[in-house]
Amino acid sequence: MTSTRSMWTQIALLGVIITVCVFPFYWMVTTSLKTQIVALEAPPVWLFEPTLDNYREALFEDGVLRTLINSLVVAVSTTLLALILGVPAAFALARFEFRGKKDLWFWFITNRMVSPIVLALPFFLIARNLGMLDKHITLILIYLTFNLPIVIWIVTDQFRGIPYDLDEAARLEGASQFTIMRKICLPLAMPGVAVSAIFSFIFSWNELMFGLILTRTEAKTAPAMAVSFMEGYNLPYGKIMATSTLIVIPVLIFALIASKQLVRGLTMGAVK
Amino acid sequence: MRGQVSRKTIFAFIGPAVIGLALVGIAPLLYAVWTSLHFYNLTKLKRVEFIGLENYWTVLTDEVFWQAMGRTFFLLGTALPLQLALGLIIALVLHQPGLTLIKTLCRLSLVLPMATTYAVVGLLGQVMFNQKFGVVNQLLGGADINWIGDPENAFAMIIFWDVWQWTPFVALVLLAGLTMVPGEVEEAARLETKSKWTVLRYVQLPFLLPGLVAVLILRTADTLKLFDMVFTLTRGGPGSSTEFISLMIQRVGFRGFDQGLASAQAIILLIITIILAQIYIRVFYKEV
Repeated sequence: MTSTRSMWTQIALLGVIITVCVFPFYWMVTTSLKTQIVALEAPPVWLFEPTLDNYREALFEDGVLRTLINSLVVAVSTTLLALILGVPAAFALARFEFRGKKDLWFWFITNRMVSPIVLALPFFLIARNLGMLDKHITLILIYLTFNLPIVIWIVTDQFRGIPYDLDEAARLEGASQFTIMRKICLPLAMPGVAVSAIFSFIFSWNELMFGLILTRTEAKTAPAMAVSFMEGYNLPYGKIMATSTLIVIPVLIFALIASKQLVRGLTMGAVK
Repeated sequence: MRGQVSRKTIFAFIGPAVIGLALVGIAPLLYAVWTSLHFYNLTKLKRVEFIGLENYWTVLTDEVFWQAMGRTFFLLGTALPLQLALGLIIALVLHQPGLTLIKTLCRLSLVLPMATTYAVVGLLGQVMFNQKFGVVNQLLGGADINWIGDPENAFAMIIFWDVWQWTPFVALVLLAGLTMVPGEVEEAARLETKSKWTVLRYVQLPFLLPGLVAVLILRTADTLKLFDMVFTLTRGGPGSSTEFISLMIQRVGFRGFDQGLASAQAIILLIITIILAQIYIRVFYKEV
């Protein structure tokens, strides 16, 4: 039996862990509710009269709303594209035998490890030469380099878990491979598909470097916008934190929904 | 027979993904190789010329490049042990029975840091570590520490955020490992010995190993990729004290406009990454 003392030590430890994890978010949200004068008080104040002015200004006067919409358009489109390309590929990797499968697999997974700056340099030059800077489609395409591998990995794993007998039965009835995938395996693989979609969305939504390098105004993403507030001498801290809050809320919600699969996804399955 | 389908069918399923990824993942790399063999400066586009391996030679003999590389591995070498130690403590606490509600709450809080937008972590750093009105100095009892403007403090601050963001990841990976230990084995071991250390070393550690290797390799890759958070927080400064490898390449290519040299640096980084990835695949994906 756990003694009372060790139970209290445990509670204290857990309390510390939760506080350390959550405190920065508390500070972000409270700072976002401060006026510039209150935000610049030294030492910082903990109790003050909250205002939503930062959100109003950021969203409607500085154009953060537009960049959020850009981020949403890009993240949703690239996720859909990754699913359209990735799910059949995952099905093939899970179900068919063919030469070069191993190498293909290796290549898909390696993309997860490549530093984005390696691709950002040539992508910038190519996009510039083709007149594709500051366009949504450019980001949608380049985000495939990390979304496609994650979709393929998670969904392949999910397809492998579906008994092969089901395929067999359908094939005896004359169903094509495509029908087998769509009508039989895909419905059963939906949890994996959903999780990979959430991952793909989170990674795309969170991305800064490509957004910074490949967009200017029209397709500017929300993180790039938040960073652009950091120029000048008197930084609008409240507004920066308001924008940060708006960026972070959707990903945190998605991450909590997928919290059980988060570790598995981040390690690309090394940990079950 | 199982898995025997025509080549046409296979191509129809896997072709689009392969072509798609080749277009966005391989074609740019080939272009980067081409660029790296040229003098290619964004401000002097009239005189792009072929210079062979000169850029590579410059990179390989460039002290600044190897310093950035060294700094990157120094960050890994300081942050990772902290993440492993703290992560293990958290995992062991969460693994103990009882207090279900608060533990569920704790696991959910752990998810938050690692999902947070890197750029937002950097911005939070700016606000919380500000010398005058930052909350960190206030919590340190009204200290007057210049975090962002001092080379060593800035580095410490980067370590702090890296540890804050990724210790939860290590903790949850290790916790997953701990739950793999069969209950009866763990109980039997606890009857044999009172020492928690012995149980950890001889019973639990073997189950933690795959996760530990995954953490090691992924954190290495992620540190080589590290850009967004540091860029927002310090831009690599002050001086070059927090200029890690990806930031350095970005500076050379986009703030120094030397795309040729930056491409050569990127290709060398890519080679290092591929070697690491090879190790990763060898260790984890034997079954495919």
